[in-house]
Amino acid sequence: MKDLRDTPLLVVEDLSKRYGARIGCVDVSFDLWPGEVLGIVGESGSGKSTLLSCLAGQLAPDTGRVLYQGHDTLEMGEPQRRTLARTDWAFVHQNPRDGLRMGVSAGGNVGERLMAVGARNYGAIREAATDWLGRVEIDATRIDDRPRQFSGGMQQRLQIARNLVTAPKLVFMDEPTGGLDVSVQARLLDLLRGLVRDMGLSVILVTHDLAVARLLADRLMVMQGGHVIEQGLTDQVLDDPQAPYTQLLVSSVLQV
Amino acid sequence: MIEIKNLCKSFTLHNQGSAVIPVMTGAHLRVAPGECVALTGASGAGKSTLMRMIWGNYLAASGVIRVGDLNVAQASAREIIALRRDTLGYVSQFLRVVPRVPTLRVVAEPLLALGTPEAQAEARAMDLLERLNIPQRLWQLSPTTFSGGEQQRVNIARGFAHPYPALLLDEPTASLDGANRAVVLDLIAAAKARGAAIVGIFHDEAARAQICDREVDVTAFTPMPAGVAP
Amino acid sequence: MSDQAYNFAYLDEATKRMIRRAILKGLAVPGYQVPFASREMPMPYGWGTGGVQVTAACLTPEDTLKVIDQGADDTTNAVSIRTFFERTAGVATTTQTAQASVIQTRHRIPEEPLRAGQILVYQVPIPEPLRFLEPRESETRKMHALEEYGLMHVKLYEDIARHGEISTAYAYPVRVEGRYVMDPSPIPKFDNPKLGNCPAIQLFGAGREQRIYALPPYCDVVSLDFEDHPFTPSKADHDCDLCGCATSYLDEVITDDQGGRMFVCSDTDFCETRRDAGHRGRLSPEETA
Repeated sequence: MKDLRDTPLLVVEDLSKRYGARIGCVDVSFDLWPGEVLGIVGESGSGKSTLLSCLAGQLAPDTGRVLYQGHDTLEMGEPQRRTLARTDWAFVHQNPRDGLRMGVSAGGNVGERLMAVGARNYGAIREAATDWLGRVEIDATRIDDRPRQFSGGMQQRLQIARNLVTAPKLVFMDEPTGGLDVSVQARLLDLLRGLVRDMGLSVILVTHDLAVARLLADRLMVMQGGHVIEQGLTDQVLDDPQAPYTQLLVSSVLQV
Repeated sequence: MIEIKNLCKSFTLHNQGSAVIPVMTGAHLRVAPGECVALTGASGAGKSTLMRMIWGNYLAASGVIRVGDLNVAQASAREIIALRRDTLGYVSQFLRVVPRVPTLRVVAEPLLALGTPEAQAEARAMDLLERLNIPQRLWQLSPTTFSGGEQQRVNIARGFAHPYPALLLDEPTASLDGANRAVVLDLIAAAKARGAAIVGIFHDEAARAQICDREVDVTAFTPMPAGVAP
Repeated sequence: MSDQAYNFAYLDEATKRMIRRAILKGLAVPGYQVPFASREMPMPYGWGTGGVQVTAACLTPEDTLKVIDQGADDTTNAVSIRTFFERTAGVATTTQTAQASVIQTRHRIPEEPLRAGQILVYQVPIPEPLRFLEPRESETRKMHALEEYGLMHVKLYEDIARHGEISTAYAYPVRVEGRYVMDPSPIPKFDNPKLGNCPAIQLFGAGREQRIYALPPYCDVVSLDFEDHPFTPSKADHDCDLCGCATSYLDEVITDDQGGRMFVCSDTDFCETRRDAGHRGRLSPEETA
């Protein structure tokens, strides 16, 4: 029962980024398949955020290739890359303030990507925004409120709605549940899992929280000092870690 | 359906003086469609380890683990994900779910992952929950708050939602009362009847006798203590 | 005669040449904001320093200059700029739109249709239409370069969401020649339709922000809107109380403390011309004469 989605969405080859003498990430290679959630774990400074920025086109790597649906995103012009970033791609920041327009209403935040790709019917934009607020469990009556009137969890859900409204294929997430209360985290995780499945999203998820990785990621990459030191099936990496560092990482987590 | 040849496994504990602990050597197993094989042996003999290696949860050091067409011992993560989605089911002793997700959803999830329409998946989930005597008022609650026995039954319902051609059962009848135990044994018998190949761990001897065609003692695969020739 | 202490039209020739280059570039790329080295002028920012520099660069001794502020020739700003050029350039000045070859304006386009050969110079406080939502200049420049104008509609969306209609009444954004989105300076949106297909040259100068942009004659200018909330050039729903004109843009004037008020053409020259031709409004003093 092999499905038709048999070509990788993203192919990363030998990606490296150095900051002078300091290492960002080195020789990272992997494939990401449609509908797959790839977790990148490691402690602060391990290079996971650098890697994410390079992949999302926010940072120019020194060497390597990033092929999205066969096109090298590092070779393509900035207009194409930015078009990709607001249509096929999405980026969910750890801090919703980095991903939202705080001075614009919730509806305007969700509608922006639609307007950016040419939507010019106010009624239709508003309808789409209302629909998406519902999907991220924000009451429709809050559509004209500004994000600063929202709780942290709501802001994060709004950021997700704003990103997913154009039905992207690839979502970059940087610690999406960081900074939220545990109970709010659970709700967000559940929401993300449902959206990932229903929309067939491919996700690259950077997190230092192994519990989040276990619940969301199909596959895991462990980074240390800029290198990918281990990768595999999420539960296999967490339950039968091979590399010394991964064993240390896993054993350091408090069991709940 | 499931075929294991010359399987070996050891753990290397890098943070404890790089101690190497061999846990399995030369394991062999063959399970045909419609057959249920019980793994036996004393606690610590490696029953769970073998099960986890078939599931792809533990990496094999060497050997072959063939489930359907796939050699799990060599497979990529993506192939194992597909295998778990389509072919291989697993009822573990522990329920691991996202908090807050309603029980009905937890049970329907394997079907939804396969693209089954929501109504159909939920109908199947309701049927299973009903048979396993989970009160309807609990269906919309998260199973994380349930008792051990209830969680176990939710886990079983989830494992049997999709008719996997191969199934791994880790103590499926433990902590169940007589009525529920009978339901689970019926489910296993029905799975056998439709041709599922099943590997199970049953401490419940009566259940084992009733449902299993063969027993395989994993003690035979346990590595000899150092210095003793195998 | 001009004050001999100054070069013609105050600015030195090199500066005027630099500004003319910016103007020509602006005309060549309609709607594009051309940076220029704005000079210190003998008047404060906000008083039309950008417009004055553009006017200075355009004036020749043969020109006739008209200066209006909110449509009026007799307000402080208009009077002081007109006097400035009388002293420094010695050019003829006029209040009649038809007589002028160069018109410097703040916040209005004259009612009388402009003709070929005329130059209309706008004073611009904030030239960047995207500034409202995007504070980074580096980013707005990139957005213009890549035609990423979705944000402009976010502003209009916010208007409708908050007020039920596009409440932006002045500085209403336009798209020029299907390319650049441009701020037409704080003219009322009533004037927006006059921007497009205009026989005159329209130049925009922002002194503090150091930008010049332009609309060449007969260029295509479209006011942004939504399909279901189309652009409407609105004005007060009255006739002029002095000249009776039903189609001109009106100012509301409070006449007493009892709620008395009157509506008059904001374009003083237009109103006077009509009254001279015998048109009368509701409160025309001549009515009794």
